[in-house]
Amino acid sequence: MSNKVFAKGLAAALAASVALVPLMASAGELVIESWRNDDIDIWNDQIIPAFNKEYPEIKVTFSPTPPTDYNALINAKFAGGTAGDLITCRPFDASLELYKQGNLAPLDDIAGMDNFSDVAKSAWQTDDGSVTFCLPMASVIHGFIYNKEAFEAAGVEVPKTRAEFYAALDKIKEEGSYIPMAMGTADQWEAATMGFQNIGPNYWKGEEGRKALIDGSQKFTDKPYVDTFAELASWASYLPDGYEAISYPDAQNLFSLGRAAVYPAGSWDISLFNSQAEFEFGAFPPPPAEGSDTCYISDHTDIALGLNAKSPNAAEAKVFLEWMTGSEFASLYSNALPGFFSLSNHKVEITDPVANEFVSWRQKCESTIRNSYQILSRGTPNLENELWNISAQVINGTVTPEEAGKAAESGLAKWYAPHQ
Amino acid sequence: MAHSGPMTDWRKAKLPVFAFLAPATIIYTLFMIYPLIDSIRLSFYTTPSGGEMAFVGFDNYRTILGDPDWSATFWNSFWNNMKFFAVHMLVQNPIGIALAGILSLPQLRFRNTYRTMMIMPTMLSVVIVGFIWQLILSPVWGVGVDILDIFGLKSLFGPWLGKEGSALITLSFISVWQWVGIPLMLIYAALLAIPDDLVDAAIVDGATHFEVFLHIKLPLVLPTVAMVSILTFVGNFNAFDLIYAVKGALAGPNFSTDIMGTLFYRTFFGYQLQLGDPSLGATVASLMFLIILAGVLFYLFAVQRRLARYQL
Repeated sequence: MSNKVFAKGLAAALAASVALVPLMASAGELVIESWRNDDIDIWNDQIIPAFNKEYPEIKVTFSPTPPTDYNALINAKFAGGTAGDLITCRPFDASLELYKQGNLAPLDDIAGMDNFSDVAKSAWQTDDGSVTFCLPMASVIHGFIYNKEAFEAAGVEVPKTRAEFYAALDKIKEEGSYIPMAMGTADQWEAATMGFQNIGPNYWKGEEGRKALIDGSQKFTDKPYVDTFAELASWASYLPDGYEAISYPDAQNLFSLGRAAVYPAGSWDISLFNSQAEFEFGAFPPPPAEGSDTCYISDHTDIALGLNAKSPNAAEAKVFLEWMTGSEFASLYSNALPGFFSLSNHKVEITDPVANEFVSWRQKCESTIRNSYQILSRGTPNLENELWNISAQVINGTVTPEEAGKAAESGLAKWYAPHQ
Repeated sequence: MAHSGPMTDWRKAKLPVFAFLAPATIIYTLFMIYPLIDSIRLSFYTTPSGGEMAFVGFDNYRTILGDPDWSATFWNSFWNNMKFFAVHMLVQNPIGIALAGILSLPQLRFRNTYRTMMIMPTMLSVVIVGFIWQLILSPVWGVGVDILDIFGLKSLFGPWLGKEGSALITLSFISVWQWVGIPLMLIYAALLAIPDDLVDAAIVDGATHFEVFLHIKLPLVLPTVAMVSILTFVGNFNAFDLIYAVKGALAGPNFSTDIMGTLFYRTFFGYQLQLGDPSLGATVASLMFLIILAGVLFYLFAVQRRLARYQL
């Protein structure tokens, strides 16, 4: 390579790296930090162009990181002063801590904040509710997605009760052409999030049990929690062989390739299955026990957008946030990302049938959020991380449901006064 | 006046010596020594939520080593790290030595081809190595099952990466597979430095190649083997990437693959809903440094001095 060519190549590489480093963004250019790396196309092709139709002078860059790295990265970026202008907010304590450290700006003065209910805002408010520091975007709902062909092949109906659910799984297992349930425990979080938090609300009666855990009147060693672990343990016989080493993407692929009948889902899985599955699939909520008149679902406030308190482009960022409170964004987001349900009060038509099925449960079931998120994950050991480990172990069969309850309770009792 | 020549040369050379040492010293001080000292300093402080950083003396060390939860986690990661190191010492280095011995046999053909193939995994990114092996060992898509099936051993297959008892050992073997090229190259280079006449003399005396290796070559490369061991020790106790790539920072199942690097990452940066604590993280890092320092000092004073060296 001659020197000239080399110099040109170097210049090109430098130019490319400058273009790619959001740090170097010029004034008035907004950078959105997010863990939703799956959504990069939707932001670039739909949301940002729609915003630019109204505000062509504000450039927006969506800059996501892998989900499991996000919290660590965003903390490091704030510490180093290199965080973007708009920060995607995890619910509750992770974002509250960012606000307390002065990294997130209060957003109460954003016009359109009253388009969100108090429940929607609760995940991004100070404990006394006086300051809201992130703009609620969406919630996700848990349930089960099923392969319609597999249900036909085994001759089973969509289950309405817990007994019907396990009878159906037994039948599918007996029939033998499909894996009854696609999930693994290798990544640990599926066991807690799609397992424990999915079927649990039917046992602890949603918000009632979640609040009772917070005020200390219920403990993890109580019946509802041990029963949830016991039901979780029974999943082992329906999971694919070697489920201990099956990761989340493995399970997604098993289902979308049509090899499994039921998939314990978060509603966010819908868009992946829409693009990959070549069969018809539907969804049903976690089936309650026979004779119980109420069903409970996990309708988890999951994602919001905050403003970096030190952003040099705060004015432009507020314009973007105000635009996000409108009905256009609500409908765009809910439909571009089937499975993420807008938290605003705007009436939104959802065209995707499965996403529509998920959101319809809000009418017939009671909604709750994951019980480990508010307040209870504030100390060490961290309850959410403990539940990942414990739930995975319950399914792996290395701890009994009773031991699991004791482990979760003793972790909480170590630092949380109402449980001491 | 035989001595005056070199003396004056040394005095004249002084300035250039410092000039040449300066860049390395400055860079090393700026990017290695200063961060090390600063992270040790950080381990004596704590930052309460929303508050100012405060000096707390040895409190962080008391928490990590004295609090039942923290110390259980810490020692669990320490012993896992010891197992990780033991597998490397017992598998990686003997295989490296054996392969180097075979490669240095005079009548071996395709030597360079073998050498290139054996060093290849070392050049791959850890993320790729982790991904490849996860696929090979996957109970759903893996070729591992099929390969065992060819030999009629399918029943032996298990979800090794997902079992508490086997996950760490499996990961250690993956790491061995990746890094075996390093001891191989170092020892191979040392073997090449052994003069042929020593080997020839032994062969004339009736020694087999194996005897030559055991009694002549191995004692001569022992200092290199010791150096490889200490590099393995330092590398293993600083390891993090493979475990993180395959099992994540929660190092499941039930922390059976948690080593000090992953514990440090979780503590310093936090994980999922657990927020990071830079001071406690710095404490873990300082303890890692002390453990590695102790190992290296043991090597310097107890091992290196006793090694017999031969002038060839």
